[in-house]
Amino acid sequence: MSELRELYQDMILDHSQHPRNRGKLEKATHHADGFNPLCGDKVKIDLMVDNGTIKDIRFEGSGCAISTASVSLLTEAIKGKSEREIEILFGKFHDLVTGKNENSGESDNLGKLAVFQGVREFPMRVKCATLSWHTLLAALKNEKKVATTEK
Amino acid sequence: MLMPAKNPITSFDVRKVRKDFPALELLIRGKPLVYLDNGASTQKPSAVLEAMDDFYRSRYANVHRGVYELSEKATQSFEETRDKVKNFIHAGDRKEIIFVRGTTEGINLVAHSFARPRLQEGDEVLITAMEHHANIVPWQMICAEKKARLRVVPMDATGTLMVDHLDSYLTDKTRILCVAHVSNALGTINPLETIIHKAHRMGIPVLVDGAQAVPHLLVDMQELGCDFYVFSSHKMYGPTGIGIVYGKKELLEAMSPYQGGGDMISSVTFEKTTYNDLPYKFEAGTPAIAEAIGLGAAIDYLQAIGMESINSFENELLAHAREELNKIPKLKLIGEAFCRSSIFSFTIDGIHPHDIASILDREGIAVRAGHHCAQPVMDFFKIPATVRASLSFYNTREEIDALVRGIYKVLDIFG
Ligand SMILES: Cc1ncc(COP(=O)(O)O)c(C=O)c1O
Repeated sequence: MSELRELYQDMILDHSQHPRNRGKLEKATHHADGFNPLCGDKVKIDLMVDNGTIKDIRFEGSGCAISTASVSLLTEAIKGKSEREIEILFGKFHDLVTGKNENSGESDNLGKLAVFQGVREFPMRVKCATLSWHTLLAALKNEKKVATTEK
Repeated sequence: MLMPAKNPITSFDVRKVRKDFPALELLIRGKPLVYLDNGASTQKPSAVLEAMDDFYRSRYANVHRGVYELSEKATQSFEETRDKVKNFIHAGDRKEIIFVRGTTEGINLVAHSFARPRLQEGDEVLITAMEHHANIVPWQMICAEKKARLRVVPMDATGTLMVDHLDSYLTDKTRILCVAHVSNALGTINPLETIIHKAHRMGIPVLVDGAQAVPHLLVDMQELGCDFYVFSSHKMYGPTGIGIVYGKKELLEAMSPYQGGGDMISSVTFEKTTYNDLPYKFEAGTPAIAEAIGLGAAIDYLQAIGMESINSFENELLAHAREELNKIPKLKLIGEAFCRSSIFSFTIDGIHPHDIASILDREGIAVRAGHHCAQPVMDFFKIPATVRASLSFYNTREEIDALVRGIYKVLDIFG
């Protein structure tokens, strides 16, 4: 039960039930769709990028609590950041949810995103936590194709 | 086809039956496994494991090749399964039983060897709204190739096929009708007698996807009268890698082979090949020999228990499950067809199926969350996914109760 409580922390439940930055951006400069064929989770991300940094972000989509909370918290974490900074942040986040940084203290720099630490006990759910990040990176590259968690 | 049983069969002893399945003793993180994903695949009884093990250890050789004793005996055991399958589904002739890899390959075989040469531009292939992707995609592929049209018989909000409308879908352009016996996403049992009767009245052949029916119902080719019936061994307590296409002899005889190679020929020169007779014409290459022997053992096992006993015990379990689940607040059963098999899909308001399944998994309960390879069914109900529990005769009322307790845990965590 405690592993479950760690996975479904209050902040994750809150963001999954009341996601932030939901909707569309009228003046989006970048956009990407993400899809996890395994569970049918879908996410669409609109970005407004100016001078290499993210000015605004919105998302639409449906998914499980982990994927919805992930995209909601992501939208809060990346405003004002550059593509390079986002790639570094995703690297740390990925290590966190796959359990690669157990003792390195990296999660200290992740801010609120550290609540996803419980995912590492649930390998089948890593893709739920990372779909929004793959989609965000695809949007930044303005890739037209649908981003998926399958490499 | 069996309707829900009214009289519980008391001779059926689930405690005893469970001892036949080693996997049912597994612990998942210290908790007893509650295996409710039988629609995806079933666990295997010792009789199947032992039959395969014994074959590999002391009777193994290739089939249809050697004149030596070992090969002769292997061939005999392999071919015995064909007779067992024939008797199990009441086919008229052992030549009508073709070994394939599974339901998916079986449907592709019929699409390729039967439908494809008979389809012309503007013709129609008819499927239904509740098919598994395996009974959609092969038809889409040949329709695209032949510029034919794929049409879909609709279902209603209970997950029942709208058979009253079927006549308007059966036209003089329809070349084949393909329908699931039991829906893997909803558990609906389709009224095959009516469907086949209507199609045959128009001279339209019918393929039945029996993957979810054979493990639960008595199926009888003489009674059904369908033209093709396809199913997988691994969903009926047998090994993976083998399945069956039943086809009416006249149709199979008129069809060209699906794949070319050894075994399916009677003579080969570089100029010309003469195909072998049925059923070998459709069995190119070394078949899944040990798997066939395992399937034979699974059929013996099922017949020893009796499909009627299996069906009525599963119906009791299903009734108990539906009654208990209906009491859970915010839980919605998807698929309310009157005639149904022991599969149920559900959703819970505000909680994604994936989260439900993760939490149940921590309780040792294996259910499936997702679209169950039936995305059009999910789209129809406007949901991304469901949780699906699919029962076997080795499940118990206590396991259903464990599922219900697990669901209350989900509700608790999500507050
Ligand atoms: C109704 C139905 N048809 C076809 C299939 C495909 O069976 P297989 O994967 O054994 O080929 C399944 C199994 O998932 C099924 O439930």
